[in-house]
Amino acid sequence: MNGTGQQPELSSVVSAKGLDLTFQTNDGPVHALKDVNLEINKGDFVSFIGPSGCGKTTFLRCIAALETPTGGSLTVNGMTPDEARRKRAYGYVFQAAGLYPWRTIAKNIKLPLEIMGYSRQEQDERVRKVLELVDLAGFGGKFPWQLSGGMQQRASIARALAFDADILLMDEPFGALDEIVRDHLNEQLLALWARTGKTIGFVTHSIPEAVYLSTRIVVMSPRPGRITDVIESPLPKERPLDIRDSAEFIEVAHRVREGLRAGHADE
Amino acid sequence: MKQIMAVLTVVATLIGLWYLACIPMNMQGVLVEAERAGAEVAPPDAAARREMGGVSLALRNGFAVPATWAQERPRLPAPHQVAVELWDTTVLKKITSKRSLVYHGWVTLSATLLGFGIGTVLGVLLAVGIVHSRVMDMSVMPWAIVSQTIPIIALAPMIIVVLYSVGVQGIIPKAVISAYLSFFPVVVGMVKGLRSPDAMQLDLLRTYSASKGETFWKLRLPASMPYLFASLKIGIAASLVGAIVGELPTGAVSGLGARLLAGSYYGQTVQIWSALFGAAILAACLVGLLGLIEKTVLKRMGMA
Amino acid sequence: MTLVAFALVLWGFGWWLNTRLAEGPHSDTRAVRLAIPLIFGATVLIVWELVVRGLNVPLVILPAPSLIAARFAGSLPILWADFVQTFVKGALSGYLIGCGAAFLMAVAVDRSDFLRLGLLPVGNFVAALPIVGTAPILVMWFGFDWQSKAAVVVVMVFFPMLVNTVAGLRETTAMQRDLMETYAASYWQSFFKLRLPAAMPFIFNGLKISTTLALIGAIVAEFFGSPTLGMGFRISTSVGQLALDMVWAEIVVAALAGTLFYGLVALIEHHVTFWHPSQRR
Repeated sequence: MNGTGQQPELSSVVSAKGLDLTFQTNDGPVHALKDVNLEINKGDFVSFIGPSGCGKTTFLRCIAALETPTGGSLTVNGMTPDEARRKRAYGYVFQAAGLYPWRTIAKNIKLPLEIMGYSRQEQDERVRKVLELVDLAGFGGKFPWQLSGGMQQRASIARALAFDADILLMDEPFGALDEIVRDHLNEQLLALWARTGKTIGFVTHSIPEAVYLSTRIVVMSPRPGRITDVIESPLPKERPLDIRDSAEFIEVAHRVREGLRAGHADE
Repeated sequence: MKQIMAVLTVVATLIGLWYLACIPMNMQGVLVEAERAGAEVAPPDAAARREMGGVSLALRNGFAVPATWAQERPRLPAPHQVAVELWDTTVLKKITSKRSLVYHGWVTLSATLLGFGIGTVLGVLLAVGIVHSRVMDMSVMPWAIVSQTIPIIALAPMIIVVLYSVGVQGIIPKAVISAYLSFFPVVVGMVKGLRSPDAMQLDLLRTYSASKGETFWKLRLPASMPYLFASLKIGIAASLVGAIVGELPTGAVSGLGARLLAGSYYGQTVQIWSALFGAAILAACLVGLLGLIEKTVLKRMGMA
Repeated sequence: MTLVAFALVLWGFGWWLNTRLAEGPHSDTRAVRLAIPLIFGATVLIVWELVVRGLNVPLVILPAPSLIAARFAGSLPILWADFVQTFVKGALSGYLIGCGAAFLMAVAVDRSDFLRLGLLPVGNFVAALPIVGTAPILVMWFGFDWQSKAAVVVVMVFFPMLVNTVAGLRETTAMQRDLMETYAASYWQSFFKLRLPAAMPFIFNGLKISTTLALIGAIVAEFFGSPTLGMGFRISTSVGQLALDMVWAEIVVAALAGTLFYGLVALIEHHVTFWHPSQRR
C-alpha cells in the first residue's frame, strides 16, 4: 500500500520506505524490522497485528523516535521522527497506564502540559475538556491508585490527548484489561477518533480488536520482523459493537487470520 | 567488564584525591622539619606560617611536596604509608607478637564471631516465637522495632564495667555487646522473612492439612532465607563495630579498638589508619563471606 | 524474697492479660495494639524494680528504674546540656551536612552511567565498614569540641545516603522514561517531575537509616575525647565513677532522642510519599 502516487503529499502523516532495524545483542544481531514500507494517511486508524517478536511495537517506537532505525527512511509529518518528537507531534499510550502515583489524575494529565509550557489557565481548561472526552469528569482530584484499571487507562489516554498532537500511538493499551472493560473502551476509542479526527497507530494481539477498530490492518510476522499484508477494512465508519457479528466483519477477521498464518508458513 | 573498569577508576580517583589531600594537610609539619634541617622555607617566620592555609603554603614551597608523603607522624598518612604499615604488621610480624595486626584482629574477630553467633541464634528463636505467638508478636515486636532507632551501642561501656565488677572479663563482655547489636536486626529481618509467604502459598499447605511444624519447615523457613541473609550481613557489621567499641572504655591492650585508642593517645596516625583499614578489611571479608554463603545456599534452593 | 515472688506473679499476670487482649475479640483495634506493648513494657519495668529491691542488687550492677527516674528528674540541666552538645550540635549538624552533601553528590553522579556504575559498589562497600573507627582521626583533626563529632557523623551518614539516593534516582520504569521522551522533556524537567518524586521512598530510607547512625557516631566519637560535656562523655565518665544511674539516665535520653528523631523523619516521609504502597492505609 504505497499510495504516495495517488494521495496528495499533504495527507501522508507517516511514511516508511525500506525501513530496517537491527539490535546488537549478546547473542548476536537481531533483525527486528526488515524492509518495512508503509504510508499512514491523515485520519487513518491503522492497527498493527502479529505474534510477539514481529516488530509491531518496535515500529511504533521508531515512529515515536524511541528507537533509531538502522536503515531506510522514515518521516513523520515530513520531518525526521526526532524532529517530530521535539515538535510534540504525538501522544503515546503504553500498555500500562503508567500514571505517576504521587500526582492526582488532573495533575497527571497536566504533566505534558507543564513540560510544554502551557499557561496555568490553559492547563485547567484542557484537563477539564479531555476528562470529559474520556468520561472521567469529576475524577480529576483522585489519585491513580484509587481508580480501577480501566479508568486508569482512560486517564492515560486523556493525558495523550491533552496537548495538540495529531498522531496518537497506542501500544497494546487495553492488553492488560478484562474483556468487558476492553469492549467498552474500544467503543469509546472509536467515538473519540470520530470526534477528534486524529491519526491513530494501534498495536494489538487481538484479531477482533484490530478488525473492529481499524480502517487498515497491518499484518506482521517475526524473524525478521516484516509486513506480510495490509488489509483495507470495508466496514463503515459508524461501528456499533454488534457489527462484530456481521458477515463482513467475520470475513475481514478471516483474512487477517489467513495473513497471520501465511506469515508463519514462510518460516 | 565495564563495571570493573568503572570501579577501578573510582578507586583510583579516590586514591589520587587522598595523595592530593596529604599535601596541604601535612605541609605545616613538613616545613617545621625542613626548617630545622636548615632548608629555605617561605615565609621564614614560623608564626606567619601558622596563619596560612596548607594550600598556599604548598604553592610557595613546592620543593617540600614529596616530603608530605613520607613523614614519620603525618596528620594524614599517604596511602602507601598505610599499605606498608599494614604489610609490616600483618605479613612480616609473627602473629603472636603484640605488634601484629593479625593478633589484634583475631582478638576482635573472636569476640565478634562469638557474639554474632549468640545474637543470631537468639534472634532467630525469638523471631520463630513471634511468628507463632500472637501475644509475643504484639508485646515484643514493637519494642524490637523501636530498638532499631536508638543508639544501643551507648550501653557498651556500661556492660564492660558491670561484667568486670562481677568478675567476667576478656572475650565475654565484648561478645555480649556484639550479640545484642546483631540480635535486633536478625529478629526484625527474620520475622519479615518468616511472614513472607503469601496467603495463597499458606492456603495451599492448609488444603494439605499440614501442621504448624510442617508449614514452618517446608514453607516459612525456606522462604525466609533471603531475608535472613540480608539481616545477617547487617548484623555482622554491627557485631564488629560492637566488639571494637567494646575495647575502648576499659583501656584494653589488645584488639583493633585498642590499637585505635592507643594510636590516638600517642599520635601514631599511621597506626590508627592501619588499624582502621584492618577493621575495614575484616568487615569486608566477613560480609563477603556471608554473601558467598548466601549465594551458594540460595542457589541450592533454586532462589538465585 | 517476697518481692521476687511478687515479681514472678506480676509477670504471670501481665502475660495473662496480654494473652487475653491479643486473642480477644478487640485485638485488632488501635487501642489494644498500643496497650499490649505498653503493658509489656510496664511489666518489665516493675519486675526489674522488684527484683533489684528484692535481691538487693548493688547499684554498680543494675540500678532500679525508680532510682534512674529520680536521677533523670534531678539532673535535667546536665542532661539537657549534654543533649544540646551531642545531639543538636554534633549529630544534627553532621546529619544535615552529610545527607545534603550525599544528595548533591548523587544528583551529580546520576548524570553519568560510568560514575554511577563505579561509585555504587564502592559506596555499598564503604557503607558496610566500621566507619566509627574514623573517630580518633577526626577528633585529632577537628579538636575535642562538637565539630569533630559532626565530622564523624558526616562520614557515617554520607555513604548510606548516597547509595540510597543513587538507587532511588534509577527507580523509574522504562515506560515512565519513554513517556518523558515522547514529551521531549529536558533533563531537569524529567528530573523534577519524574525521577526525584520516584526516588523519594529511597531517599527517606536513607534519611531514616542515617538518624540512628548520626546518634551512634556522635556518642561514640566522644569516647575518643570531648569537652567535659556531652552524652558520650557523661556515659564514659559516669561508668568510670560507677554512677550507673546517671549512665542509664543518659541512655534514656539517647533512646528518646533516637526514637523522636526517627519518628519525625518517618512522619515527614508519610506526608511526602503518601502515594507509595507501603504508606497507604
